[in-house]
Amino acid sequence: MRYLPHTPEDIASMLEVAGEKSLDDLFKTVPDDCRRARGLDLPEPMTEWDLDHHVSDLAEKMAAEPEYKVFLGAGRYEHHIPHAVSYLLGRSEFSTAYTPYQPEISQGTLQAVYEYQTLVSRFLGMEAANASLYDGASALAEAVLMAVRVTRRKKVALSRAINPFFRNVVQTYFRSTDYELVELPYLENGRTDVSEIPGMDDVAAVAVQSPNFFGCIEDLRRVGEGCRQAGSLFVVAFSEPLAYGLFENPGSQGADIVCGEGQSFGIPVSFGGPGLGIFASRMKHIRNMPGRLVGQTVDIDGKRGFVLTLATREQHIRREKATSNICTNNSLCALTAVMYMACVGGTGMRDLARLNYDKCEYLKKELPAAGFKTSFDSPTFNEFVVEFPSDFEATRKRLAEKRIVPGLDLAPYYPELAGRYLLCVTETKTRADMDALVREIVS
Amino acid sequence: MANISELTFPDDLNYTDEHEWAKPEDDVVIVGISDYAQDQLGDVTFVELPEVDDEFEKGETFGTVESTKTVSDLVMPVGGQVVAINAELGESPGLVNEAPYAGGWMIRLKPDHPADLEDLMSRDVYVELLKGLE
Amino acid sequence: MTEFPGASGLVLNEPLLWDKGKKGRSGFSLPRRDVESAAVDESLLGDALNLPDLSEVDVVRHFTRLSQWNFGVDSGLYPLGSCTMKYNPKINEKLAGLSGFSSAHPLLAETLSQGALELMFKLERLLAEVTCMDAVSLQPAAGAQGELTGMLIIRAWHRKEGSSRSKIIVPDTAHGTNPASAALCGFRPVKARSNEQGILAPETIADIMDEDTAGIMVTNPNTLGLFEENVAQISDIIHSKGGLVYCDGANLNAVMGLVDVRRTGVDVLHLNLHKTFSTPHGGGGPGSGPVCVTEQLAPFLPVPRVIEENSAYVLSEDFPESVGRMQAFYGNFGVMVKAYSYILSLGADLKKVSQLAVLNANYVKEKLKGILHLPFDRPCMHECVFSDKFQTERNVTTLDMAKRLMDYGFHPPTIYFPLVVRGAIMIEPPETESKEELDLFIAALRAIVKEAEEDPDLLRDSPGRSKVRRLDETEAARRPCLGG
Repeated sequence: MRYLPHTPEDIASMLEVAGEKSLDDLFKTVPDDCRRARGLDLPEPMTEWDLDHHVSDLAEKMAAEPEYKVFLGAGRYEHHIPHAVSYLLGRSEFSTAYTPYQPEISQGTLQAVYEYQTLVSRFLGMEAANASLYDGASALAEAVLMAVRVTRRKKVALSRAINPFFRNVVQTYFRSTDYELVELPYLENGRTDVSEIPGMDDVAAVAVQSPNFFGCIEDLRRVGEGCRQAGSLFVVAFSEPLAYGLFENPGSQGADIVCGEGQSFGIPVSFGGPGLGIFASRMKHIRNMPGRLVGQTVDIDGKRGFVLTLATREQHIRREKATSNICTNNSLCALTAVMYMACVGGTGMRDLARLNYDKCEYLKKELPAAGFKTSFDSPTFNEFVVEFPSDFEATRKRLAEKRIVPGLDLAPYYPELAGRYLLCVTETKTRADMDALVREIVS
Repeated sequence: MANISELTFPDDLNYTDEHEWAKPEDDVVIVGISDYAQDQLGDVTFVELPEVDDEFEKGETFGTVESTKTVSDLVMPVGGQVVAINAELGESPGLVNEAPYAGGWMIRLKPDHPADLEDLMSRDVYVELLKGLE
Repeated sequence: MTEFPGASGLVLNEPLLWDKGKKGRSGFSLPRRDVESAAVDESLLGDALNLPDLSEVDVVRHFTRLSQWNFGVDSGLYPLGSCTMKYNPKINEKLAGLSGFSSAHPLLAETLSQGALELMFKLERLLAEVTCMDAVSLQPAAGAQGELTGMLIIRAWHRKEGSSRSKIIVPDTAHGTNPASAALCGFRPVKARSNEQGILAPETIADIMDEDTAGIMVTNPNTLGLFEENVAQISDIIHSKGGLVYCDGANLNAVMGLVDVRRTGVDVLHLNLHKTFSTPHGGGGPGSGPVCVTEQLAPFLPVPRVIEENSAYVLSEDFPESVGRMQAFYGNFGVMVKAYSYILSLGADLKKVSQLAVLNANYVKEKLKGILHLPFDRPCMHECVFSDKFQTERNVTTLDMAKRLMDYGFHPPTIYFPLVVRGAIMIEPPETESKEELDLFIAALRAIVKEAEEDPDLLRDSPGRSKVRRLDETEAARRPCLGG
C-alpha cells in the first residue's frame, strides 16, 4: 500500500532489533480481555481510481453551485474564492505542518497567523485577536464564558436575533454551569430591543449579533451605552464579517469582545464545516482570552521572529484552570482568511461589500414589487426576511426542480415568524439569477 | 537550574515549604518567593497579585507567578489581610528573578496571629529541605 | 559520512503584509456590477479600511516565501508523541475539494444533500466498526471539543440517574485538555498516580473511586506509550460504583484491528481524525473529534444526527435527551471527507497500520535506549518516552537536544510531556515513515548525544540553520505584541 513503505525485509530486520518474532508479538502487553473477537469488518481497500469514482458519485448527489442557485445564508455564505488562495493553501508546508510549538522552523505559520491577528483586529476595530477558535457558535460561547470570568457575574443576556444555532451552542456550554442565560427580544423593525439593558446590572455580558440573523444592522452604539451603564461587557457576534467592509465595525461602537464566523473570508461553504471562529477583545482582558496567541519578538541575533505566547492561559499549562480547553484550533482556516483579505485588500473589501449590499437591495426591492412583503424595516446586509404565502411549500418544490432554493423557512427556528423566509444574496448572484427567482416564484 | 550552593537564602527571613519567604517588619509581614523558587521558574513573565484589603487564611492561594512555561500558586505563609502589593512587578516582573528578597517582594500583610510566624522554617531548616529535594 | 536532511541554504526574507503593497493595488477580481447602487444610511457607514492593498503577485510571493520557512510532514519526519503525524494522502485533498461538497450549503433540504449525508452516515458506521462502539457523532470540532462532549454526556447520564456527582478521576499522565474539559463541564479532576510500570493500578483507582465520582478519563494507550493493561479491571471498579469510563482515543493508531475498545469497559470515547485518520494538521487545525458511545449513552449524543429513513438519509433533532449542539452545523465536513477516504483506502489494512506503527516505535526505542535514558524499559506501543537524565550531568537539556535536531533536518519530538517524566522526550514514528528515515533519525540523535558530551555549547546555541535562531519568549510574554 502506497502509504506503508515497509518491505518484508524491513519488517524482518526491524523485528529482530525489537527482539520480537512477529508483528503479533509486539502486542504482548495487550491482555486477552481487551482484544477484538473478530477482525475488522471493512470493505476491501479501494484503489485510488475506485475511491475517486465512489466519492465523486457522492459529491454529485448534492445541490451545489453553479447548477443550483441557492439563496441561503443563515451562518454560511457563498462567496467567490480567488484561485490564488486555494492554490497557496495547497502548499504542504502550510497544510501538513504541526502547531508551531517549535517556532524556529514554523515562522511561516507564525508570521501568517500574526498577520491574520493584525488584519482581523484592524478590521473589527479591536486591540487583539487570537489565532482562531472552531467556529462562530463556539466563539460566542467562549466570549460569554470570558465575560463571566472577567466580571464575576453569573448572568448573560443574549439577543433572540442572534443565529439560533449559535445560541444553541451557548446553551450547551452553559448547561453544566450555574450561569443563567436571559433572552432579549427583538422589535418590529427586526433589531434587538435594547431598552432593558441599562438596568441589567447583574449581567456579565450583553451579546447581540450584527448583522443579526434577519440580516438587520443592530444599533451597536446604543447597546454599548447601555452596557456601560449596567457595568456589563459588550459582546458583538457576527456570522457575515463582510458587512464590516461597509458598515461601522464593532470596535468603533465600544465592543469589549467581538466574536463570529469567518467562513466568508475564503473558506468554502463545505456543508457547514470547517469554519473559522474569529475572536477579538481589548488588550486589558488579554489574560482571560481563550485560544492561542502569536506574538512578535526577536531571536538571539536580534532578528524579528514570531512565537506562541501567553501560553500560561492555556490547557497544556494551566490544565483545569485554563481559560478554555481548546488545543487544536482552525489555524489553516485563519491562514485562508488572511490570504483572502490580502487578495481583496482594504480598497477592494469596501468595493466588494458595497456590491454585495447593492445586489441584495435589488432583490429586496424586486420581491415587494412582485407582491411579497419584506418583514423588517431596518437596514440590512446580504440577508433579509420576506413573507411568502401559506401554500409556498408547493412553490418551493417546483423551484427545487428548476434548481432554485429560495431561502430558509424560519418557522422551525422562530415559530412566531411562520410563513417568513430568510433570503441571502451575495456577489455570486447575478441580476439574471435574481430575476429568475422572482419570475419563478410568481409564475 | 543552579546548584543549591549557588543560591542565596538570607538568615533573617522565615521560609515555607512552598518556597516563599516571610519577613516581619514592625506590625506587617513582607512576603516573596525564594531564590530557589525563582531559579526553578526561570524568567518570570507575570505576577498575579491580590487587591489591597483582601483577606486570606494561612495556606490559601493569594496569587500566581508565571514563567513562559509554568504557573505556580502563591500561598499565604500566615493568615492575614493584604495592606500593600508591589505595583512595580506589573512593569518589571523580572525583579522577582533579579532581587527575590528586595525589589521582587510581592505583598505586605497584617497577620491575624503574629505568633504563626514561629511555625515557619529558619534558613538552615529550609536549606536542609532543599538539599533533600536535589 | 552520513548525509542528513538538514543543510544550509538560501532563505528569502519577506516583510509583513502591511509593509508591502500600495493603495489601489488589488489581488481580487471584482465581479461585474449588474445592479444600480442602492441608497444606504450614511450614518451607519464605517471609515476606510486599514488593510493593505496588494497585487496577486504580491500575495502569492508573500505566502510562498512564508511557506518555505515552515517544516511540514511533506518535508520530513515529525516524531511528535501523541500527535500521529502520519502522511496526509493527496487524493483525499482532491476529494474534499470536489465542488459538490465545497459549494454545498448545510441548510439545503435533505433531498438535495444526500451525498454528504450518506458520507457522514457511512463514516459513523466505519468508526463504530473500528472502535467496536455502538453510536457515533461527528460533530465535535477537535479532540478537546470531543472530550467536552463526552463529559457533557456523562453528566447528562448521571443527572438522568438522579445523581449529581462532582468529581472525575484523571491520571497523572493525562493530556492537559482532559482536566480542562472536565472543569468546563463542572467536574473537579482528582489525580490518580500511575505505578512504577507507568500504568494505572486497579488498587489506586479503587481507593479513589466513590459515590461522588462521575467516572474516569483514561488514555489508552497512555501518553507514556504504554497499554493500560489493567483497563478492564479499572472499568469494572468504576462501573461497580456507578461511574462511567471516558477514553481519550488520541493514541488509537497503536491498536486498530486489535483492541475492542468497548470490551475494555469504555462508555464514551473520542477520536482525532487529524491524528489516526490522516487528515492534515494545518499548522494547528482544523481537526475533527468524533465521539463514540455505547448504546445506553446514544440518546445523549449531540444533535442533529444523521439517520436512515425510508431509504434516504435525514438529519434529525428528535433526541430529547441530547446534550445539544457543539457547533453551528454538523462538524468539520471537509475533514470528514478526508478521513472517510482514508478508511476506504486502507480497509482492514488499518490493522497493519497499527502493527507497523508499533514496530516503528519499538525499533526506535531499542536503538536509542543505550544513549538516551529510557524510564520505562518495557515493550511500548506506538510511541516511547525517553528523558535527558544522561545528559543533565553536562548541563545539556532535552530542549537543547531538540533544538539541535532541527539542524539535522528533523522536527523535534514532543518535549516535557508527559509531566511524570522529567525532561520527557516523547517519540512517535508513524507507520508512514520508512526504515531509512528512522535510521537517519537515530543516527542524528546519536550524533547529537555525542555532541552533548564533546561540545555542549553547540547544542545550547542551536538551531543554527533555521530562518531564526532561539527566540526571546520571555519578552514576548512580558510585553506581548500581538498585532502590527
